[in-house]
Amino acid sequence: MSLADASGLPDAEAALAALADRMRGAVLHGAAFVGIYSGGAWLAERLAALVPGDHAVGFIDVSYYRDDYSKTGLKGGAKRTELPFDVAGASIVLVDDVLYTGRSVRAAINELFDFGRPERIELAVLVDRGGRELPIEADYVGARVAVARDLSVVLSKDPGGTLSLTVESAAGC
Amino acid sequence: MRNPQLNANGELTHLLTLEGLPPDVIRNILDTAEPFASIAEREVKKVPLLRGKAVFNLFFENSTRTRTTFEIAAKRLSADVINLNIGVSSTSKGETLLDTVDNLVAMNADMFVVRHAQSGAPHLIASHLNAHRRTHVHVVNAGDGRHAHPTQGLLDLYTIRHFKRDFTGLTVAIVGDVLHSRVARSLIHGLTTLGTPEVRVIGPRTLLPTRVEAMGVHVHTDMRTGLAGCDVVVMLRLQNERMKGALLPSAGEYFKHYGLTQEKLAVAKPDVIVMHPGPMNRGVEIDSAVADGAQSVILPQVTFGIAVRMAVMSIIAGN
Repeated sequence: MSLADASGLPDAEAALAALADRMRGAVLHGAAFVGIYSGGAWLAERLAALVPGDHAVGFIDVSYYRDDYSKTGLKGGAKRTELPFDVAGASIVLVDDVLYTGRSVRAAINELFDFGRPERIELAVLVDRGGRELPIEADYVGARVAVARDLSVVLSKDPGGTLSLTVESAAGC
Repeated sequence: MRNPQLNANGELTHLLTLEGLPPDVIRNILDTAEPFASIAEREVKKVPLLRGKAVFNLFFENSTRTRTTFEIAAKRLSADVINLNIGVSSTSKGETLLDTVDNLVAMNADMFVVRHAQSGAPHLIASHLNAHRRTHVHVVNAGDGRHAHPTQGLLDLYTIRHFKRDFTGLTVAIVGDVLHSRVARSLIHGLTTLGTPEVRVIGPRTLLPTRVEAMGVHVHTDMRTGLAGCDVVVMLRLQNERMKGALLPSAGEYFKHYGLTQEKLAVAKPDVIVMHPGPMNRGVEIDSAVADGAQSVILPQVTFGIAVRMAVMSIIAGN
C-alpha cells in the first residue's frame, strides 16, 4: 500500500491508521496520550479512540519552554496546558504531528517534568521528516517523508474532522 | 515621533501607559495572560521563559501588593529578581534617576519595574534607554504619579473580561477619587480602547478632574443615578491625606454619600461585579458587606494580576 500522493506527502488519514496499527498492542493499556498543540492535540484525541486501552488525553503547549524565545519572542496564541491526570508515576505517550528537529519534543518533555515525575514517556508522530538536531527518536511513526529544508509540513483539520497534510514555505513560520 | 513603547515593528518593548496603545496590543496581553493563570496549579510553579534574565524592582514609592505581585510574576517566569530599597540607597545620597539606571544597566539589568511619585519617570527611563541604543533593556511602569498604572488597568480589564466576556455591551462605573487616581486613568483608556460603550465616573466634584468628560466618560455626582444599570463597579481608594486638604469634610460624610453599600448597589444590574484595586478602607469607600459579598471580585483581581504581569513581562522581554 502506498501512502504517498503526487506531492510526495502521505495521506494523513492513512498515516494515522498506520500509526494506530503500530501502537495497538505496543502501548500500555493505561498510558495517557498527550498531544502537542495544535496538530498533536487532534491526533491524541483520535488515537485514544483508535488504540485499545484506557487512555486519558491531555494537551500541552510548549510556547514557554521553547529554546527560540530570545530570537523570536512570545508570539500570541499560547494555549493552556491541560493534563487531567497525575503526571507523577504516569506512563505517557507524547503525540505530535511532525517530527523534525526534535526541539518541540525536548520542550514538551521538560514541561511534563514540571508537573511531576512520569514513569515513562514514549513518542508517537504522524510523520517523521528527518533533520534531527537533538538525540530524539520516535517510538511510533505513521509515515516517513523527505521534504526540502525550506519547507514546513503542516497538518490541518477540515470542519468534518478529516486530517490532511500540506507543505508550506517555512519563511512565514 | 514613534510611540516610545513600541519598536520599529510596532511590537511592545516597554509598558508605560495604556493611552494610545492599539487595541490589538491590549487584547494580545489579555490573551497571553490567560494560560499563565494556570501555572500556579503546577507542581513546579514556574516556566523557564525569563531564565537568566535580571528584573530590577525600582520602587521609589511605597507599595506592597504591586511590588510583591511583580516579584511573584517574575519568579514564575524564572527571572532573577532584585528589589532595590530606594529610600536608603543612592538617591538619598544625591544620585540622579538616570545615573541609578545606568549603574544598574552596567550590572546587566534586563528589565526595570518602576514606581515613582513623579508622573513620567518610567517614560524618562525608557526614552533614555532607547536613546542610548539599549533596546534589550525593558521598562514596565508600576505606577507613576497621577499619570498611569497600566498593569493595574490591564488586570482590571482582564477581570472584567473574565466575568463579563465582552466589553461591547457594558456599563462600567468608576467611583471615588478619580482626580488623584492613576488607576482610574489607565482603566478609562483601556475600557474606551476596547470599545466599552458607557464608562461613568462618580464622585464629588472636588475629586473629579476638570474636563474629565474629554476622556469619553459620563460624569455623575449622585450614586443613585451613577450606579443605575451598571455591570461593573470599580471603587477607588480614598487616600486619607485628601481629608487634610479642603477637598472633603470627613470620612463619615464621604461614606454617607459615596461609600458603596448593598443598598446603593441595588440599583445596579443583579449580576454586577464590584472591584477595588486595594488597599481598601472599609467603612470609608466600601462597606464590609459589599467587600466580602457575593458580587465582590476583589481577591480574584489580585490573582489575575500575577498572570497579567507575567504576560506583560514575557511579551516585552521577547521583543
